[in-house]
Amino acid sequence: MSAVTSDESGVTELPSVLRPYGDQTGDGMVQVSFTLPMPNGKRAEGAALQLASRMGIEPALVVHAKAIGEGFTFFVVYGPVKHLVEPGLVEVVEREFPLLSGKEINTAIKRHLRRKLVVVGACIGTDAHTVGIDAILNIKGFAGEKGLEYHREVKVVNLGAQVLIPELVERAREEKADAVLVSQVVTQRDAHISNTTAMSAAFREAFPAGKVPLLVVGGPRFEEGSAGSLGVDRIFGRGTTPGEVASYLVHALVPQASVSRQSKGA
Amino acid sequence: MSSRTPPLLELDRADVRRARTLARKVGKPVVDIASRHTTVSVERATLRLAGLSGADHERVPWVNHLVDAVREGVGLEHGVTQPVWDALRRGAAPDLLTLAQMASSRSVDFRLPEGKDATAAAKQSRQAVAHGIRTIDRQRAARERLVKRHGDPEQRPWIYLIVATGDIYEDIPQAQAAAREGADVIAVIRSTGQSLLDYVPEGATREGYAGTYATQENFRLMRAALDETSKEVGRYIRLTNYASGLCMPEIAALAGMERLDMMLNDSMYGILFRDINPIRTFVDQRFSRQVHARAGIIINTGEDNYLTTSDAVEAAHTVTVSQLLNEYFAKEAGLEDWQLGLGHAFEINPDLKDSFRMELSHALLARTLFPDAPLKWMPPTKHMTGDVFRGNLLDGFFNLVGALTGQGILLVGMMTEAVVTPWISDRDIALQNVRYVLNAAGGLTEDFHPPRDGFIQTRARQVLGEAIDLLQQITDEPGRAPLLEAIADGTFGEMKRPATAGKGLDGVVERADGYDNPATTLLETGATR
Repeated sequence: MSAVTSDESGVTELPSVLRPYGDQTGDGMVQVSFTLPMPNGKRAEGAALQLASRMGIEPALVVHAKAIGEGFTFFVVYGPVKHLVEPGLVEVVEREFPLLSGKEINTAIKRHLRRKLVVVGACIGTDAHTVGIDAILNIKGFAGEKGLEYHREVKVVNLGAQVLIPELVERAREEKADAVLVSQVVTQRDAHISNTTAMSAAFREAFPAGKVPLLVVGGPRFEEGSAGSLGVDRIFGRGTTPGEVASYLVHALVPQASVSRQSKGA
Repeated sequence: MSSRTPPLLELDRADVRRARTLARKVGKPVVDIASRHTTVSVERATLRLAGLSGADHERVPWVNHLVDAVREGVGLEHGVTQPVWDALRRGAAPDLLTLAQMASSRSVDFRLPEGKDATAAAKQSRQAVAHGIRTIDRQRAARERLVKRHGDPEQRPWIYLIVATGDIYEDIPQAQAAAREGADVIAVIRSTGQSLLDYVPEGATREGYAGTYATQENFRLMRAALDETSKEVGRYIRLTNYASGLCMPEIAALAGMERLDMMLNDSMYGILFRDINPIRTFVDQRFSRQVHARAGIIINTGEDNYLTTSDAVEAAHTVTVSQLLNEYFAKEAGLEDWQLGLGHAFEINPDLKDSFRMELSHALLARTLFPDAPLKWMPPTKHMTGDVFRGNLLDGFFNLVGALTGQGILLVGMMTEAVVTPWISDRDIALQNVRYVLNAAGGLTEDFHPPRDGFIQTRARQVLGEAIDLLQQITDEPGRAPLLEAIADGTFGEMKRPATAGKGLDGVVERADGYDNPATTLLETGATR
């Protein structure tokens, strides 16, 4: 989701219809692997072929079948898929803000906000994986970019792991947070969804309308475009860098720096 | 355990001695502080050893009720056992459970016994707690018997696999299947919320987040299932859980009584990564390690965490420092070398030039510094991506380092680390990877001798040097416990944890002069009655 280039021209250069590429244009070759809950044997292989065929892979070739555990078989299947893809019909979420350098970020905040931009970050609920929030907030940063702490004009309060929602709301209020960043890595039983909606609801309840800090969540398993339904302002996915987050915060929170605040969120 | 340890790195012996001396210097004041305090969890663990278990209809354990009631009544400065057994002697209730139930509605008046009453209460509480200690002794003997009967794994390292469904009844068949497929050690990951619960949940549990709750009943169910599987596969399958978080001492006691074989138990993990109060952690940790020592449990320390939060090259020496501190605290608590599963991990950015050589060097350094400890070698997580093919290759190189440097316990890496909780096929592919490498290259420890003053030796010396510098820097901190100062000012994992803050602080109590804890006495003297 990072580098969105001028997609318009990209699409026009592509053919309207594509097939997967193995080693020849148009061969449609794909490789899939899966496990069927049945013992290895002729019947299991047939079942694997049946599944492949129903997935549109035909003729499929079972290149590997291996009994694993008791009553399970693991398959690797190769074959041409009959489906076509139409790149022109793919919807892409464009990044709605310009990427700024560290210097531009500091300057914009200093000149137009005229105080430090306050960011409160945490992993909420039972999530103890601070990898994501630390990558964005800690000076250390991620992918060669320094974290938000590095920016002179950004005040970062990193609450760490397993922060309770009321605690987060309280700290956001105390610190007069402009933005609240929440990381959710654990996704078992959709914990990331329920935690996020609970968090956004708590903020809406605790702050008067229009005074809610900018709510930003990040994590590997959020769907793009679900910000609205989760009640947050922006979602960042896998591979997001601190620079992108900082640029977005400036775009969304620093009035003069960007006029087009209406396009905030996806 | 692993006795085959030629001096591959040719470290300067004086440096190694110096590192240990500094670790002791740093650790000792903290042990002194730990010995002057108790915590609600230490007291609850003592009651558990005396046989108190179960919970009320809101699932609040009776040990919590009783400790809270005593604390409200007379305080915990003298320990929970004196007021409790005094109340029993006075006939406030016929037994411990009834007393706890009555105490939960505050219908017991506790007092601090004196003179002959105090002596009698101390004697009776010691008898009760000794019962739990003897259960731990029996379980240790049972383990030794079963290991003799079924045997240890044929190969080193032992293959350690994680199970984490949240439902103990799902965990059991998965753990059994993993053992049949070659796992020697099964770890049941805890629900992520548990470390911050100030009570141990009760009963068999079927719901958890990213893991299964550690409860006495879950321990018992899983151990019984693995005993069956041990018989079937002809080797003793070890069971692992977590003695960490706010209930570390209680979980340790339960683990000892239910014959768990390994426990994750790091000296500073809770402080740094869970924001648990430092004093609480050190007090709880000391008690839990005394229990582990008695129970013959192997501890696993969590040095991998330093590498996932910091850069694995720059922070390599913090792993060494943590291992040295963990070793000091462990031995002080009575653990022996064979019980020290000191941790380290394969977390260097694979895009870095010579990353594999550095991994080898760091792993050898740990192996050389702790020749008699069964080091726990942990797989890449930080640099695992959705590219599962590359992930499988990285795991292969991780396994190779494990084989080459004679690690004791190898946590099996999953190529889908960054993607999903492991599928059945992921586990199979991962085990195939381990088996291939151990089979193809396990004997390489014999041939592998890094050249004198080559890259590997030089790098290892550099890391040891940096570790010594850091330890020296910690000892130079002000105050009576420089380690606490260092933790407070962000020396470790870039996190600042002052001794006056953090979760669980209100559960720390300074001991009074007459403090008595029969569990501590029995553990420290080795007595059985």
